[in-house]
Amino acid sequence: MGDAANGVAAEAERFAIGISFGNSCSSIARISPDGKAEVIANEEGDRQIPTVLSYIEGEEYHGTQAKAQLIRNSGNTVAYFRDYLGKDFKSIDPTPCHASAHPQQSDSTVAFSIRDSPSETPNSVSVSEITTRHLRRLKQSATDFLGKDVNAAVITVPTNFSDAQREALVASAKAAGLDVLQLIAEPVAAVMAYDARPEATATDKLTVVADLGGTRSDVAVIACRGGMYTILATAHDYELGGASLDQIIIDHFAKEFMKKHQVDPREDKRGLAKLKLEGEATRKALSLSTNAQLSIESLANGIDFGSTVNRTRFELLSGKVFSQFTGLIEQVVKKAGLDVLDIDEVIFSGGTSHTPKIAQLARNIFPEKTAILAPSTLTSAINPSELSARGAAFQASLVQEFEHEDIEQSIHPMVTVTPHLSKAIGIEFTSSTDTTFQPLLNTETALPARRIAQYTAPKEGGDVLVRVCEGARDIKVTKPEPKPKEEKPADDEDSEFSDEDDEEEEIREIVWKTEKPVAELAVKGVKAGGKVEVMVHVNPDLGLQIAVREVGGSTAVRGAINGSA
Amino acid sequence: MAPVQVVNVSLPSLPQGWAADKDFKAVGGLSAATQRNVEPVGPHFLAHARRKRQNRTFSEDERIQAEQNVKKTEDEEDMDISEPEDPMMLSREAKDWKGQDHYAVLGLSKHRWRATPEQIRKAHRKKVLRHHPDKKAAMGKSDENDSFFKCIQKATELLLDPTRRRQFDSVDEGAEIDPPSKKAAQKDYFKAWGPVFEAEGRFSNKQPVPQLGNDDSTQEEVETFYNFWYNFDSWRSFEYLDEDIPDDGEGRDQKRHTEKKNANARRKRKQEDNVRLREMLDELMAGDERIKKFRQQARAGKDAKRKAKEDEARRLLEEKERARREEEERKQAAEEAAKAEREKNKKAKEAAKNAAKKNKRVLKGSVKDVNYFAEGEASAAQVDSVLGDVELIMGKIDVDELAALAEKLTLAGKDGAAVKSAWSSEGQRLVGAGKVKEGELKAFA
Repeated sequence: MGDAANGVAAEAERFAIGISFGNSCSSIARISPDGKAEVIANEEGDRQIPTVLSYIEGEEYHGTQAKAQLIRNSGNTVAYFRDYLGKDFKSIDPTPCHASAHPQQSDSTVAFSIRDSPSETPNSVSVSEITTRHLRRLKQSATDFLGKDVNAAVITVPTNFSDAQREALVASAKAAGLDVLQLIAEPVAAVMAYDARPEATATDKLTVVADLGGTRSDVAVIACRGGMYTILATAHDYELGGASLDQIIIDHFAKEFMKKHQVDPREDKRGLAKLKLEGEATRKALSLSTNAQLSIESLANGIDFGSTVNRTRFELLSGKVFSQFTGLIEQVVKKAGLDVLDIDEVIFSGGTSHTPKIAQLARNIFPEKTAILAPSTLTSAINPSELSARGAAFQASLVQEFEHEDIEQSIHPMVTVTPHLSKAIGIEFTSSTDTTFQPLLNTETALPARRIAQYTAPKEGGDVLVRVCEGARDIKVTKPEPKPKEEKPADDEDSEFSDEDDEEEEIREIVWKTEKPVAELAVKGVKAGGKVEVMVHVNPDLGLQIAVREVGGSTAVRGAINGSA
Repeated sequence: MAPVQVVNVSLPSLPQGWAADKDFKAVGGLSAATQRNVEPVGPHFLAHARRKRQNRTFSEDERIQAEQNVKKTEDEEDMDISEPEDPMMLSREAKDWKGQDHYAVLGLSKHRWRATPEQIRKAHRKKVLRHHPDKKAAMGKSDENDSFFKCIQKATELLLDPTRRRQFDSVDEGAEIDPPSKKAAQKDYFKAWGPVFEAEGRFSNKQPVPQLGNDDSTQEEVETFYNFWYNFDSWRSFEYLDEDIPDDGEGRDQKRHTEKKNANARRKRKQEDNVRLREMLDELMAGDERIKKFRQQARAGKDAKRKAKEDEARRLLEEKERARREEEERKQAAEEAAKAEREKNKKAKEAAKNAAKKNKRVLKGSVKDVNYFAEGEASAAQVDSVLGDVELIMGKIDVDELAALAEKLTLAGKDGAAVKSAWSSEGQRLVGAGKVKEGELKAFA
């Protein structure tokens, strides 16, 4: 197919979806005609499609069917290959593929030796080719579901995806007949999935996105300023994920089995594979109910095994792993140079986020006002597994009509690299008793930016002063005064215990302080009970335009400060 | 764009003595900014990118976007300018809805089978707004005549049902385009015929339908067109014209009879339609200059090919003849040359022979002239030994040496010593060359 023909076809009818291409699971989503993001189920009815391909006698299996093949046909089943794309053999970690087809070196890239044709001799299939086949199946599922030929996509990738990996992914998608409109970062897609909901408003906030996947976990701090997103810090853990929790379940049941039958099912390759598959299902079931069952036929030596585990037991066993998750979150907040008090929102994304305990632990780290968006802490939370696909679908709906060149120019560093405010800009209020500062433009706001706010004037009206200042955030730590003992007679031991805990805790809060005045404006003759509107516009060169007027008034006081650059 | 935040904090009053030019006082600048990468996603980013790339400010961008949005909605409304309504149509009875032109009722007679369901829905809405009986009643025309409204409903219902719409489209006379008259076809053949088949193409199960094209169409295009139409796969059916089946339950036979009649009528109409199309196509093809042109081209091509073939054969024959002749000539020349050569050789040999004979005579004569190197009468033995040596030497030397010796002897003439020395030196040379043994020479030793 010629390039020109391709271009014409793409222009004639481009139909784009969002794809979340994960190491363990992939999802496809689109924006329905009524503007809602919708995750598409494949032919088997799965919305989280395992990123697994399996071959039997040249027949290709995909998704859940392929995953089941890990037990009987592990040599011809390819899983966890996303992270190998566009990398050379030296730099990959083959651990996740231990129980499936092993990666091998082929030229400068990675390949799998599998029997993907009816012949007996295995073929060496490069990871790019595997990706193409996987994406082709996803495309087919979406096409079948929507009844329209899907030919373009926005795909999510981890924040640390290198240029080579991006190029390889775009090339693979092209081979699968998908025109990649844009590759977007997974955490940003997750934030956007929440912000794209019709009821959401573009408020300024600092968000932590914890993307807890099957084999790896990535956490990012993102500043949302006027609907624009800036990643402030990221942290990755390639060994922490759902698999670490599965291992706990596997070990638990394996020990139980050994006690009864004196055989370790983990020593048998097939037994281990069965335990892994069922253990994962059990772990997922524990996220929804407090009890979960596991039953495996012929686990080892032909012995059937069935047992149950409850959530408390699981949470006790997994304490260490859970603390690794929370540690990663705390680490990234610190890396961004922030305090947990600064975080307005924590979004849990990825399949492992269904685990209730993780969100509850996060709840304890962050202050009350921080919203924890996870199914166990917020009923209106979006399914964490679907977040990135939804975000990608939303972005796809935005750029679907754009020319390729247009998109490329828009994502060029010329456009994306912008100065961000290092200090918040706000208004200072002085009353007879104290001085307070209200931020109007927060730190890390991308420039140019414009904000408008209305402030009430003094009750009696008259002339008012608007002092525009730069402010800084301070964390005030106060020790609460010890409560008088006699006030509380000891009811029972529990309450007393918690009381003592409370006393030791310090109260930490955010306090804004004026750092540097920038400008002063006066509005004269404000009516009693009137309001004053302040508009601050900051140029990329740090120049300021400020306009202040009374709401309903015709004249405005304007002033400009030239930028330094 | 940027939402207005409302903050419930009272601004301070202007302190006493505060004064500034135009009520504005700049106090300081901002701290240095950090360069960071904005994530290129989301509607706000796209707005940011648009502003940055086109160098617009916030308010400019808002204005331009607003203008664009306004234009879009206006365009949409422009599209559906309704057609004037025929008063005859307005007074139609809803009862004979079968006879009405459903597209005209909805004001879509320009679009007809091309109208999208969306357009039909919009047109319906428009007509309802105008002709709703309640509206008429409110305007005082309380004749309670809502028959046209019923017509509208009927038309919409029919056109929004794909099966029934096809049935109506099959017999929609308003969409029919008659084949052009001979005169019109003469003027511009393809312009006259093109729309006919374009309209006929609406019945095709296979889409898109190839177009008639024009004078410059390639042979392939023309062939595709005719192949398509001679194998036309049509969905046209004639149920719409069916006679109503009485459903009063009375007379099953009557019902069956009507059904049979309808089926027959449909089949007949379909056949007629096929014949009509075939005839039309035959007529089109008969008058199509392009077919003639292609045929001529093909014929011309064939002729040229045949001629080339003949030329080639002739050329080959001539070449063969020429080669043969050349070969003959060459042979003859070679023969003659050989003959001349032979003759020449013969003469040279004879001359050489003669020269040798003469030289030998000189050689023999030389010893005889000097009286066999003897004083007085030479003895028989002396003559014998000298002649023996002369014979021996003559037998051993070749023609050239013989000539040289003869020359020497001729120079020596009758000088006995000179003759003897010439012979002796010759004899010695032969001994030196090993041709004659030492003792063999007697007189010239």
